Amino acid sequence: MILDRNKDIGEFIPAPDDDMIVCRCEEITKGEIRKAVHDGMFTLTEIRRYLRTGMGLCQGQTCTKLVKSIVARELGCRPNELGGATGRAPMRPIEMKVMAKDKEE
Amino acid sequence: MRIAEHPILGSYDKGRTVEFTLDGKKLEGCEGEPIAMALKNAGVMVHRYTRKEHRPRGIFCAIGRCTDCVMIVNGQPNVRTCITPLEEGMKIETQYGVGSKGE
Amino acid sequence: MKHYDLVIAGSGPAGLSAAIEAAKRGLSVAVYDENARPGGQLFKQIHKFFGSKEHKAKVRGFRIGEELLEEATKLGVEVHLNSIVVGIFPEKEVTISMNDHIEHIKADSIVIATGASENMVTFPGWTLPGVIGAGAAQTMMNLHGILPGKKVLMLGSGNVGLVVSFQLMQAGCEVVALCDAAPRVGGYGVHASKVSRCGVPFYLSHTIILADGDDHVTGVTIGEVDSKWQIIKGTEKHFDVDTICLAVGLSPMSKLCDMAGCEMEDNPAKAGFVPVIGRYGDTSVPGIYAAGDVSGIEEASSAMIEGRIAGIAASAYLGYISQEECDKEVEIQEKALDGLRQGMFAPGMRGKKITETEEGIEISENLLSHGFVADDEIERYPGVTHSVGIHPVIECTQNIPCNPCQDACPKHCIKIGDNITSLPVVDSNVSCIGCGMCVASCSGQAIFLVNEDNGNGFAEITLPYEFLPLPKKGDKGSALNRAGKAICDAEVVDVKSLKAFDKTNLLTIKVEKKYAMQARFFKEEA
Repeated sequence: MILDRNKDIGEFIPAPDDDMIVCRCEEITKGEIRKAVHDGMFTLTEIRRYLRTGMGLCQGQTCTKLVKSIVARELGCRPNELGGATGRAPMRPIEMKVMAKDKEE
Repeated sequence: MRIAEHPILGSYDKGRTVEFTLDGKKLEGCEGEPIAMALKNAGVMVHRYTRKEHRPRGIFCAIGRCTDCVMIVNGQPNVRTCITPLEEGMKIETQYGVGSKGE
Repeated sequence: MKHYDLVIAGSGPAGLSAAIEAAKRGLSVAVYDENARPGGQLFKQIHKFFGSKEHKAKVRGFRIGEELLEEATKLGVEVHLNSIVVGIFPEKEVTISMNDHIEHIKADSIVIATGASENMVTFPGWTLPGVIGAGAAQTMMNLHGILPGKKVLMLGSGNVGLVVSFQLMQAGCEVVALCDAAPRVGGYGVHASKVSRCGVPFYLSHTIILADGDDHVTGVTIGEVDSKWQIIKGTEKHFDVDTICLAVGLSPMSKLCDMAGCEMEDNPAKAGFVPVIGRYGDTSVPGIYAAGDVSGIEEASSAMIEGRIAGIAASAYLGYISQEECDKEVEIQEKALDGLRQGMFAPGMRGKKITETEEGIEISENLLSHGFVADDEIERYPGVTHSVGIHPVIECTQNIPCNPCQDACPKHCIKIGDNITSLPVVDSNVSCIGCGMCVASCSGQAIFLVNEDNGNGFAEITLPYEFLPLPKKGDKGSALNRAGKAICDAEVVDVKSLKAFDKTNLLTIKVEKKYAMQARFFKEEA
């Protein structure tokens, strides 16, 4: 995926729904996500590291698609041009004590 | 509220009635059903208040994905009540942020 | 380390079907599912499925789940529940989290059948308790016997929104409205019609403006949107509800494929981020297959076939059958899959505007914009005929892959033909014996038996009825039209509940003759 870092996306313009919660777990708002794009965070991975969207208890089960469409809109591209967030283990939140208990047969 | 009889499914195969507590208050539910279902039947909507904005949350996905319904169960926070079976005498507490009230 | 020929992630329709085909051919198979119950979403589906006999049409979803599970278990498939596949690593090492520990398993082949997750929409108040996913509503009522709410607003007119609205009413909830931002109903017209005739108003081109409530939902405001999805001022409507149900589509839950190293694509036609697959569901990693919603959102019936194909292909990959044998059997499955992918709702038709049926009949605009076929539109369809005495009236107006009605009639008066998506045609030369088998067999509840004139100035209409309490002979009430409006007095003259009807009761009501072609539902006197 190639994103033009020099693309001029204009100034951040506040919108009335900026206080809408998008990432339910980490309580990140639409405005914060939009601002992050203007701060130069163009990919889902960057947004995630910058704001912690999708890094809460549910691991982005609910908000990934929503965040994607907000970022795409801000960048003026289609959501499917943005690519996905990286899938890595563990697929679901697991307690460390469970992770540490390896059963080999 | 429980569905007494369903036109397609008939009656539901539920466990025996057991007592549990929510924030110290005694409630009843069916053994083995998800904690969230017993709470919903008892009319409880709020499972927790969020950490940053202190907003109420309850059941959202009901299949263990969204983690909105987490509560403190027998002292352990962040337990997904929609997929955790109810046991007799369970101590359920409303979760505030990531712990109990005042923490 | 435990070792299996085939490890399957997900025990839904695709996963179980793959397991069955592989186990049949001698593979050792283990299925892992994160849920406490197997079957994926099948156990929440209480409606009769569409399709043909081979596709288990007119069998209710949860029964299909039971059948698959029984078949898999008989074949020696291990089904592990509460077991999450947390990772797939090189050399097909699969990591499972089970209760309090982690297990590592070696697989020689893998089928990823993790299904889909629900999409959500945001609006002020969407995080309030009482706003739930449609799947959550199904889980509450159909698995646990708990009412999701008393008064519900449904957002989404796709099949999930329509089917769950009907289920909510079956469970005893009131569905106050069904809205969708799109200008046209997204799901099957027959699903919309059965919701509409129960009195649920459809608000197309409407979306949720906000949910009210401090600690939980107490109301909702919706409004009409313009072509740019902006709310048109002055169109706001408020409803007192305790529950808002969201059914705004599904996305493939494909992260496991991504982490397993499969080549991925973001494909809007498949509703999201999916593994790139070949004919057998084969991903870019040899020996790893994807089947069901994880590789593109479709129906459970197609997921079952995709699962079968993946199971057959895995058997060939490991040498249990020859490639020739595999191709021969896959071809049979492909034909079936092809059949399911026909008609107005086929994957290739997404986003296309349809104006007429395959037969060249103008489609019902009212059905798409209001959820029911208008009185002046219904007569144009081949299932709607008039004759003396009792006869079927088939209000099936869209080309969908479904044909149980054809086999249901012992007199063979209903014909669909070889093309499974054709509209059913009623042969008026064959006399109907009024057995009602067609009414009960129609998964879309679109068939009625009508006697337009019983000789005393009344018409008699037999309709499918899946609610409680079941009215009794002699009960009085109102007849509702397709829009769900009470149009005249009605009296129940017969109630039939045969085992062969599989819980679809047949209610015969008597109405004034002139309402014969309008009365389509019965509401008991309060």
